[in-house]
Amino acid sequence: MQRHLIILTALALACAGAALAQQKKDGADPILVNKAIEQSWTTAAPDWRARLDQDETQKVCSQYRNSPPRQIAEAIVAREQAAIVYPADGKLMGDWKNGEKLAESGYGGRFTDYPARQPNGGNCYACHQLAKAQVSYGTLGPSLLEYGKIRKYAEADIKAVYERIYNPHAAIACANMPRLGASKFLTIDQIRDLVAYVMSPDSPVNK
Amino acid sequence: MGWARIIGAMGILLATAGVPAFAQDDATERELERYRQMLKDDPWSNPAMLDADRGEALWKEKRGPKNVSLEGCDLGKGKGKVEGAFAELPRYFTDANRVMDMETRILWCMETLQGLDRAEILKRPYSKANQQGTEMEALATFVASKSRGLKYAPRLEHAKEKEALALGEALFFRRQGPMDFSCSTCHADAGRRIRLQGLPFLSKPEEARKVVGEWPAYRLSQGTVMTMQHRIADCYWQMRLPLIDYASDVTVALTSYLADRARGGEITAPTIKR
Repeated sequence: MQRHLIILTALALACAGAALAQQKKDGADPILVNKAIEQSWTTAAPDWRARLDQDETQKVCSQYRNSPPRQIAEAIVAREQAAIVYPADGKLMGDWKNGEKLAESGYGGRFTDYPARQPNGGNCYACHQLAKAQVSYGTLGPSLLEYGKIRKYAEADIKAVYERIYNPHAAIACANMPRLGASKFLTIDQIRDLVAYVMSPDSPVNK
Repeated sequence: MGWARIIGAMGILLATAGVPAFAQDDATERELERYRQMLKDDPWSNPAMLDADRGEALWKEKRGPKNVSLEGCDLGKGKGKVEGAFAELPRYFTDANRVMDMETRILWCMETLQGLDRAEILKRPYSKANQQGTEMEALATFVASKSRGLKYAPRLEHAKEKEALALGEALFFRRQGPMDFSCSTCHADAGRRIRLQGLPFLSKPEEARKVVGEWPAYRLSQGTVMTMQHRIADCYWQMRLPLIDYASDVTVALTSYLADRARGGEITAPTIKR
């Protein structure tokens, strides 16, 4: 009996240890991390300092280095999905020509970008291939060449693209891509223009 | 002898400015390669060596309210010993009770030994495009150049050194700001690019060893020398975060992480980058 108890206790401890090991990816004390951050941006105005604070998604994605356990991943997807705002008129596609400009523009959000001199850009080409003619594209994200054409311009995919730009965590927990709609970096109209750039048959992305 | 060739190469680089991005990138890469070959033939053809030279003169000059040179500065290997010091930084310094990287330590010596005004120095730690390097940049380039050819061996004995490394690692993976970026968004995978710019996989030792020791570097696009503190500050700017303090705990900890990843890699600073 006593031996059983010892074995059980050992098992319980081993499980707890494994759980802890999965939980903590790095050895830094969160208090020290916060203290270092507190002391390293001393000249920033309060609204700028607020950019250093993490929301729940940023916090857990950092903690698990973008590979959260299933339950946590599901919670992220559910939370971020619930935060998506759709256009009031239900139209998910705008003007692909303006979308192209937005896909090219990396303007916005840096402290040297204020006061704003032009609208924020989506900077899609920094990470994605899109139109065939634009050869200066990054590879941090997947190629989107002929994205709409390959999907036969399906309604469901148009909606998925809108959601992906608005908030990529609603599809993939801890995605690398910014939440361009949820963070209000882009407006709903701008996102519609980008959806058209990716999903319109007239767009050079699908030519 | 290097100068006529350098000016020639720069002319070609500038001439590529109006060409389409892909061709331009190709041409720029070719010119950079020509440059690198020149540097192998004659290290003094690197404009950053002028900064190193100026840094050496500044190091030896009696300056500040206390009218002393930096030759009394202990970079970790004893007072006045510059050779090989950069290779073992960052490290914990008892007198400052803090882990310091090269730049933080130089700044500390300027402040405490020479009595120079820290706030005054920090008004302009980085040069702007086509300006002469700042005093900090010149001094940093000089100190780094005295570890050229050595391998990175940052100290990792003191508890504070281990703490700085763990902090740097956590910061490297910390997502924040309006774009949800962390250092790892761009630097934790092989062969990735932003537009056409290749991104080093900094969390992987094999890749970190090749690139971390290249800084401080002369940047052709800026026409001036850039240090690691400046390099990191620029990344945070790009991540849409506020301007980070020079020699801050965050930049020092990230430098600790990068130096640790690069452990065993050769220090080639100052190099030439695009």
